[in-house]
Amino acid sequence: MSAVVKRFPVRLDLRHGVIDMTHGSGGRAMAQLIEELFVRYLDNDLLRQANDQACFAVSAGRMVMSTDGHVISPLFFPGGDIGSLSVHGTLNDVAMSGARPLYLSAGFILEEGFPLADLDRLVASMARAATAAGVPVVTGDTKVVEKGKGDGVFITTTGVGLVPEGVDISGDHARPGDAILLSGCIGDHGVAIMSSRENLEFETSIESDSAALHELVADMVAAAPGIHCLRDPTRGGLATTLNELARQSGVGMVLQESAIPVKPEVLAACELLGLDPLYVANEGKLVCICPQQDAQRLLDAMQAHPLGRQAAMIGEVVEDRHGLVQMETGFGGSRVVDWLAGEQLPRIC
Amino acid sequence: MKYIEEFRQHDLAQQLSAAIRKAVKPDRSYHLMEFCGGHTHAIFRYGVQDLMPPNVKFVHGPGCPVCVLPIGRIDNAIALVERHDVILCTYGDVLRVPASGRRSLLKVKAAGADIRMVYSVRDALRIAQENPDRQVVFFAIGFETTTPPTAVAIRQAQAEGLGNFSVFCNHVLTPAAIQNILESPEVREMGSVSIDGFFGPSHVSSIIGSRPYEFFAEEFQKPVVIAGFEPLDVMQSALMLIRQLNEGRYEVENEYTRVVTREGNTKAQSLVAEVFELRRVFEWRGLGLVPYSALRLKEAYAALDAEKRFDTPAIAASDVKGCECPSILRGVKRPVDCKLFGTVCTPENPMGSCMVSSEGACAAYWSYGRFRRPETASRESVA
Repeated sequence: MSAVVKRFPVRLDLRHGVIDMTHGSGGRAMAQLIEELFVRYLDNDLLRQANDQACFAVSAGRMVMSTDGHVISPLFFPGGDIGSLSVHGTLNDVAMSGARPLYLSAGFILEEGFPLADLDRLVASMARAATAAGVPVVTGDTKVVEKGKGDGVFITTTGVGLVPEGVDISGDHARPGDAILLSGCIGDHGVAIMSSRENLEFETSIESDSAALHELVADMVAAAPGIHCLRDPTRGGLATTLNELARQSGVGMVLQESAIPVKPEVLAACELLGLDPLYVANEGKLVCICPQQDAQRLLDAMQAHPLGRQAAMIGEVVEDRHGLVQMETGFGGSRVVDWLAGEQLPRIC
Repeated sequence: MKYIEEFRQHDLAQQLSAAIRKAVKPDRSYHLMEFCGGHTHAIFRYGVQDLMPPNVKFVHGPGCPVCVLPIGRIDNAIALVERHDVILCTYGDVLRVPASGRRSLLKVKAAGADIRMVYSVRDALRIAQENPDRQVVFFAIGFETTTPPTAVAIRQAQAEGLGNFSVFCNHVLTPAAIQNILESPEVREMGSVSIDGFFGPSHVSSIIGSRPYEFFAEEFQKPVVIAGFEPLDVMQSALMLIRQLNEGRYEVENEYTRVVTREGNTKAQSLVAEVFELRRVFEWRGLGLVPYSALRLKEAYAALDAEKRFDTPAIAASDVKGCECPSILRGVKRPVDCKLFGTVCTPENPMGSCMVSSEGACAAYWSYGRFRRPETASRESVA
């Protein structure tokens, strides 16, 4: 038997217990929560040191850093939960520079009364996502807010990564003539979330596409280091992402609607709700803008990876000082694809 | 997904486009009004205008429920939540409609009022059941399509004796509005608006049938073709309207036969007739006071009528200065004719109701951006 005195005589009640204000007070209850829940799942050498920061060596070169707050409702949805999403979201933001993600941090804001069983479930999911990605959570923070002042749990994650030499990817690098590639079907995440919202339950087999894209990016960068832009079309969907890139680069775009992959079930749900899949969120897709001569090599590399199997070339960058994203519709007409205005709301009739 | 894709096929669209180009007489123009916002949206989303010859023009009508809602009714709703502390339930688009004093239900909600966006009137009933100590008002809005579900909810609330539920009724009627447009001086006398024929509503007609349009097709000698909301429906219906005009006919034809019958959904009609009665007059944004154009709860259901339970005086509120929504709703002006369009009025910050809903003409113009597109000669050669 261990000679060490047990620090916490009574274990956390992970089945029936709830978060209370003491879990954020900095005292023994918080220490126990960290040890028996966070460190238990997210365990690694750096986290175990229990410092207020993680200290690690860096190599020469360029680093990237990105942060993302996650406030999703519902916390658990088909294909994921806020835990895995908070890992994937930040890893992807880091990876969209072409970087290899190295470390993550996680800040939790917990609402008083939040069930420990749910927290246990989503921290476990977070740990699985981090382990699968090979990127450890090395430092963290926990705060508790009074009941009614949060929505169960908010998670902010920050990631750092290392950019391989010779890679220079940025939203302002798109040039007329470039090809626009998309890694797969759009709209899965948004439709999965909507299908599980309390007042809008409808039956669908759609699951969120939440996934870490850094390995796909590594394969792409290896195939063609001269990629101009990468971005993951999350909130606001593909349409908003392309508009951002067009504005940053001062170019226009022409898309082919028939080339944009959308699952029939997603299309059906969007019809039902009066939404446009171009504006529905994704959490495991990326847009790549590259010189035309690299396009086929990149498409091959993307399609060889499980997360890019349905990758397609969806359009072309054109000269346009207005920065318009236009689309040839599958129907034979054309239209402008604008930024998302406000929030997409279901229609009345 | 076959059932949708069938109505969006590129090849069929090209064939129809060629047929329309062949059918039109070069020495005249064809001004076709789509009454419904659903049609407006389809025309812009799929670029249907690109497939039409230059002498076929779409005139956008007032058939967008939030667009025609007068400001005073939104002011009434705001007063309900602020003065009577009710839980107000309504559909998403209504939240963004501008009210007096640059307010909207969305802003009032952000300031702390209990306003809930619902997807169905059933959600409002459930909220009333779950909050027995609060008054819950459902802000009912929409044309004939959304009226039957409201009627069902009212009957259910009555049957359950749900004392804390009531309905603020803003349901309006399509045929009355079309007739009003045709009787307006701009169309009848001044000739400043040219309307040669109508695309009849699709969802609305599934309830009321095609018969109600027969009167004014005859009376005003304008052809009507009930059209589905898919882009191929719109094109096929345009061809049918063009043929009628070429042959000097003015009949009610039905392109949307997969859903609409002459008699409509009689069960829904009788349900509506049981719960609602005609208002003698109702204010529409753009059209003004239109006789017998809206519904209210019958006396037997008066206990569930928010206008009787609470104080909802008629409020005469005027539109934002310079806003051309009223003229745009009558087809007299186009969104680009409005000084506010795209300057201070955008979907992010709508000054007028036509910029709110995706079915509104201004929002469709703005979002699908035709007016901003550099003119390219190649578009005219699509045939």
